[in-house]
Amino acid sequence: MRALLLGRWLRAGPGPPRPESRNGGNGGHRGNGGHRGNGGNGGHGPLRKVSVEVLDHLEHLALVDFRDSEGVERLHKAIQFADQLHEVNTDGVEPMDSVLEDRCLYLREDDVTEGNCTKELLENAREKVEEYFVAPPGNIPLPKLEERETFLQGS
Amino acid sequence: AALNDGLRSQVSAALKEGRVAPTELCQRCLALIKSTKFLNAYITVAEETAMKQAEESEERYKRGQPLGILDGIPVAVKDNFNTAGIETTCASNMLKGYISPYNATVVQKLLDQGAVLLGKTNLDEFAMGSGSTDGVFGPVRNPWSYSKQYKEKSVPKSHSEESNWVITGGSSGGSAAAVSSFTCFAALGSDTGGSTRNPAAHCGVVGLKPTYGLISRHGLIPLVNSMDVPGILTRCVDDAAVLLGSLAGHDPKDSTTIQDDFEPFELPNLTDVSKLSIGIPKEYHAPGLSSEILALWSKAADLFKNAGAKVVEVSLPHTRYSIVCYHVLCTAEVASNMARFDGLEYGHRSDMKDSTESMYAATRREGFNDVVRGRILSGNYFLLKQNYEKYFVKAQKVRRLIANDFVKVFRSGVDILLTPTTLSDAAPYTEFIQEDNRTRSTQDDILTQAANMAGLPAINVPTALSKRGLPVGLQFIGRSFQEKQLLTVAKWFEKQVQFPMIQLEEVKRHDSGVFQHQKSASFS
Repeated sequence: MRALLLGRWLRAGPGPPRPESRNGGNGGHRGNGGHRGNGGNGGHGPLRKVSVEVLDHLEHLALVDFRDSEGVERLHKAIQFADQLHEVNTDGVEPMDSVLEDRCLYLREDDVTEGNCTKELLENAREKVEEYFVAPPGNIPLPKLEERETFLQGS
Repeated sequence: AALNDGLRSQVSAALKEGRVAPTELCQRCLALIKSTKFLNAYITVAEETAMKQAEESEERYKRGQPLGILDGIPVAVKDNFNTAGIETTCASNMLKGYISPYNATVVQKLLDQGAVLLGKTNLDEFAMGSGSTDGVFGPVRNPWSYSKQYKEKSVPKSHSEESNWVITGGSSGGSAAAVSSFTCFAALGSDTGGSTRNPAAHCGVVGLKPTYGLISRHGLIPLVNSMDVPGILTRCVDDAAVLLGSLAGHDPKDSTTIQDDFEPFELPNLTDVSKLSIGIPKEYHAPGLSSEILALWSKAADLFKNAGAKVVEVSLPHTRYSIVCYHVLCTAEVASNMARFDGLEYGHRSDMKDSTESMYAATRREGFNDVVRGRILSGNYFLLKQNYEKYFVKAQKVRRLIANDFVKVFRSGVDILLTPTTLSDAAPYTEFIQEDNRTRSTQDDILTQAANMAGLPAINVPTALSKRGLPVGLQFIGRSFQEKQLLTVAKWFEKQVQFPMIQLEEVKRHDSGVFQHQKSASFS
């Protein structure tokens, strides 16, 4: 393969010099595992800890549990990773909700075009009575942290 | 058999001329699915309904009234699209046993054109992941793991193929594997951060991410509403254009589809690229990019230059923030989108009866895997009142900067961007799982994600085989809604590189000539 003219700057390009530890033959694939400078483990800034109160609050909001210390660690890493955003200067920049923001939202006529599918909709529900979905009693908040069986209790 | 001969010139022609019957085609694909079961590409195979559709197609061909090019063509659909009467699981316990009451718009369009729906393909749970390894039905195996090309080049650690197989990439790995192993002629995937292009690159198939707003998302179980698009996986660029033609267009049921008229098109055979301006974004020379792919990328740039195109280096300065930005926006939207899974109306429901909240919590605890739960929790964190401005709104601002980078580049006269699709060829499964899902997604989405941020169309074109005998693809990114130009250039490139056909034992055994018919059918 003769010297590639335009390609030359690609090879000389930015990006940290990386020891080429890959070899073709025996499956030694990613020499550096998961440790990449640019966003692999987000090694920027300290790993901030989130208070148990906030963690508990999150479990309530999400109605999903952290399950174990790994779950909590995952959140810490996610926050640390996201903190990189603060390096970017966004003065005077408007937030972007949608790439289609320059177009008018489509609104159709307020006419009923379909429906009458009660039977189909109820089919996938496990508990129902006549045409109702049956739920356990509402207005009962999840027990407080001390009373719940959650990993966070021990924190 | 050349992969470049597509539906139009090959299979559809064969069906029309009666050289092969739809039922025969369907049966052969179903048989091949059975014999490639070890790939785990399919979650559900809809044998009976597929045969019925094939029979109906056959009737239409007999009457001389086929519905179009797709009539009788076996296709597969990623299992996060709703398919009436067929289980839709999203590879999650949360939706195991969920039988969709309706067809996603794109599925309906395929069926209306007479396509034969073979089944639903495997994915990462709720399309979260870049390996198709994190679904409840197990990982998908890359068909190339079993190809002659890979076996010849690999020096297996043990002599068993069991430990040597490589991943498909993700999250639309099942769809990519299905197309790559010839069990269907086209498949639907979804693309939020690269989920169609990534597995397309690893499996050596064409993976098209259309412009956001071109194809309806109605019925596609949403991950990130502002970035999701249905993806198209085929064996050649012409086929992708055929699929695009049948799927694109305004859908009253999806208010994020644009209202402009869409005209399906046939791709011209580009011979003169001298009027083209190809941009090479220097930031896509990302840390970790394998030297092999770098060389291939250079070679491709030179290919265009030597053919007379203008090839320029460009800059998309905010590229390196796209993954962080995506991370925040994605988890935030996921936190919202996953809230619908509470066990009340559909899906898994826990036996817990104490209260609504405790039932919801238990259902979600039982139904979601770690990856999904992790993203929900992170998303909720970023959406907390005290964090909203700092993280979510901040990410939205960074998104605008990323989108503007592209606008500036395209405004400067560049027509198409040429970049690598992945950092390297497919990793062996045993290696891939050593890092967690988020880390992997972060690494793997780096080259594909920005196109989702900006809503631009992008396509992976299989380019060459790596030293290990595995596919490597390159990505073209185009201007909004300029799919015709994007695909035309991609088709030209595809013709230049002549990517080799996978040599799979199973395919050879089942193929009785349809794939090798290109001698009699002319390239349209």
